[in-house]
Amino acid sequence: MNIMTEQSLENAVGDKMNAKSNEVIKMRGDKVGVFYGDKQALFDVNLDVRLNQVTALIGPSGCGKSTFLRCLNRMNDTIDSARVTGKITLDEEDIYDKNIDVVELRARVGMVFQKPNPFPKSIYENVAYGPRIHGLAKRKTDMDQIVESSLKKAAIWNEVKDRLQEPGTGLSGGQQQRLCIARAIAVSPEVILMDEPCSALDPIATARVEELIDELRQNYTIVIVTHSMQQAARVSQRTAMFHLGYLVEEGATDKMFTNPDDKRTQDYITGRFG
Amino acid sequence: MSSLLVLAIVVAIGVVAFLIGRQRAAAHENGTVKPHSRAHYHGWWAFLLAVLPALLLLAVWTIGSSVYLDRHIHAALPERTADSKVASEALDVSLVKSLAKGIRRLDANTLPASFAELQPLLAAKGVALATDTQDYMIPIAVEANKVQDRLGLFGAVITLALAIAGAFYALRQIAPRARARNNVERLMLWGLLAASTIAILTTIGIVLSMLFQTITFFESVSPMSFFFGTVWDPRFADAGSGGSQGQFGLIPLLAGTLYIAAVALLVAVPVGLMSAVYMAEYASPKVRGVVKPALELLAGIPTIVYGIFAVVTLGPFLRDLSAALTGGSPFIQGQSIFTAGLVMGIMLIPVVSSLSDDIITAVPRAMRDGSLGLGATRSETIKRVILPAALPGIVGAILLTASRAIGETMIVVLAAGVAANLTVNPFEAMTTITVKIVNQLTGDLEFNSPQTLVAFALGLTLFALTLVMNIVALYIVRKYREQYE
Repeated sequence: MNIMTEQSLENAVGDKMNAKSNEVIKMRGDKVGVFYGDKQALFDVNLDVRLNQVTALIGPSGCGKSTFLRCLNRMNDTIDSARVTGKITLDEEDIYDKNIDVVELRARVGMVFQKPNPFPKSIYENVAYGPRIHGLAKRKTDMDQIVESSLKKAAIWNEVKDRLQEPGTGLSGGQQQRLCIARAIAVSPEVILMDEPCSALDPIATARVEELIDELRQNYTIVIVTHSMQQAARVSQRTAMFHLGYLVEEGATDKMFTNPDDKRTQDYITGRFG
Repeated sequence: MSSLLVLAIVVAIGVVAFLIGRQRAAAHENGTVKPHSRAHYHGWWAFLLAVLPALLLLAVWTIGSSVYLDRHIHAALPERTADSKVASEALDVSLVKSLAKGIRRLDANTLPASFAELQPLLAAKGVALATDTQDYMIPIAVEANKVQDRLGLFGAVITLALAIAGAFYALRQIAPRARARNNVERLMLWGLLAASTIAILTTIGIVLSMLFQTITFFESVSPMSFFFGTVWDPRFADAGSGGSQGQFGLIPLLAGTLYIAAVALLVAVPVGLMSAVYMAEYASPKVRGVVKPALELLAGIPTIVYGIFAVVTLGPFLRDLSAALTGGSPFIQGQSIFTAGLVMGIMLIPVVSSLSDDIITAVPRAMRDGSLGLGATRSETIKRVILPAALPGIVGAILLTASRAIGETMIVVLAAGVAANLTVNPFEAMTTITVKIVNQLTGDLEFNSPQTLVAFALGLTLFALTLVMNIVALYIVRKYREQYE
């Protein structure tokens, strides 16, 4: 699988959008289960992630939503005791298949973490890190362009353009998180996974990141784990509710927040538990 | 009364004071006034007031009375004349003291007047005395024993009196609002402060003692010729010969020290660092559980054993190997920079790996996840994120290791050789500062000759060298810590 350049990705996205915009399944989880050692953390989750939509995963702490998210780019592989059962596909390809290279998979399915984690390098080097590993830029000018466009897409370019050589760790929390988003965008992923990206940010920075997520939806497919019901309602098109390792229900965000089928969803959204 | 018994009684008084104090304070706890300190603080304060001043007094008294006794014996001894049978006054005094100790085992009333009769009696009790003990010392020793007994008894009485007074004073103070807790805490603080001061004072003491000898050394050898001299040839000065002047050039020793340390680091750093990376990043808990202790076992081997290994096994092996390779004459000597450096490097592997392992593990997991989440492989993550983030700490670890390599003694004494060569060939023998310190201080040399005193100048140089490296290392490590906390 070649990593698509940004241009071809946008073309491909455009083509699919024209065909049938809302109903293309980008990723599909089929009876996904996760074990940490002997303890099962996730049970038989069937969940689709649709192209160019934001899918929000909600539920009380420890319900398995982050675990599911980390399955989508096999980040659970980095935990020794974790074991995944069932099937997860990306463009109808099984990502746990032996022939799939996990490094390529993670280039296609990027991830933004709960706590901003810029590397202790310059802002420029933070963004250039991914493209450099994957050899996306042959010349310095190409790299400059990737860095600039990624920072622009992450809506942080204007704030950092004059200090690209300063350390990324010197930015404010909200800026750091947008830098991490820029870093994820720089390798031109098809899907971006976000694990509570705003939980460490203040309300203003949160608003900026949410705005950004909405813009990014044009070009990328996004899965976001969040504890904030408002956030899920604001940014997502689809919402999935998890509880105790099970997927309770899944559907269009509007419906989920106004007229959920399951009582547990109703209770959770209205703040009766969780 | 023996000091040990006095000590036991003082502590017993303290324990009683503790119990009474705690009980009295506990009685206040049900009163109308809320007590300031909990009962056991009052107990501890009584204990401390009873024990500490008494012990201080006992210590001062013991030291003072032994000084007094020395003077007493000294005054009682007959005037020294040219034909005195004992070599020096100090020896005189110490002979009387050991005699006094010996005759305590005998009945004072039936003591013989001559040493010739006394000696077999004492020998029967298992006390051996020097043969230059003179007859006139016996009455002095008897007298000294009496003085010592009086001093001891008096000291015990005032110590116990002080302990009881302290206990009473503390117990009288007990009241609901008395601040026993603050007192105890303050005393704790002083205790801790004293403990850390001892370490610092000891260091200062060591440096000063070396400094004075070094100054004496530089009175006979100029610092210029010591620090910049390229020839090490101290000659020998037998005791009493007055000494013939040699040449004390530091350069060959310094070069040897740094050369061997460099070879050792060349072995230890790559191997240690890679094993640390393996241990921190790749090893499963099971493997780690076996390999890490095994590696740290290396650190537990005494360096003299490494030295024996180098000189008995590795040195001859390398010499024979090189002889076999050239078909005759070996190009690696039995004692060489290479052998010493190699063995020292092996010794240092666990130091590098265990320090680096801690530093690599301290890099936050978020860094790893961030890199892996972008599709970096493990080795890319290690190379581009983890090692750069850990670099300051690793540099600090390497510097600490280097200062160990420079100060290492036993391996180089055995494996590096004693010839103060200036060479670049790693297969020849070279010597180090530590080896020369050992050489100059052991053996039958006159202490006040520059041949011996040079050891202090060398020691001070070595101390300065490792001190600077440690300071730089600590500075770097501290700077690194600030990054994540």
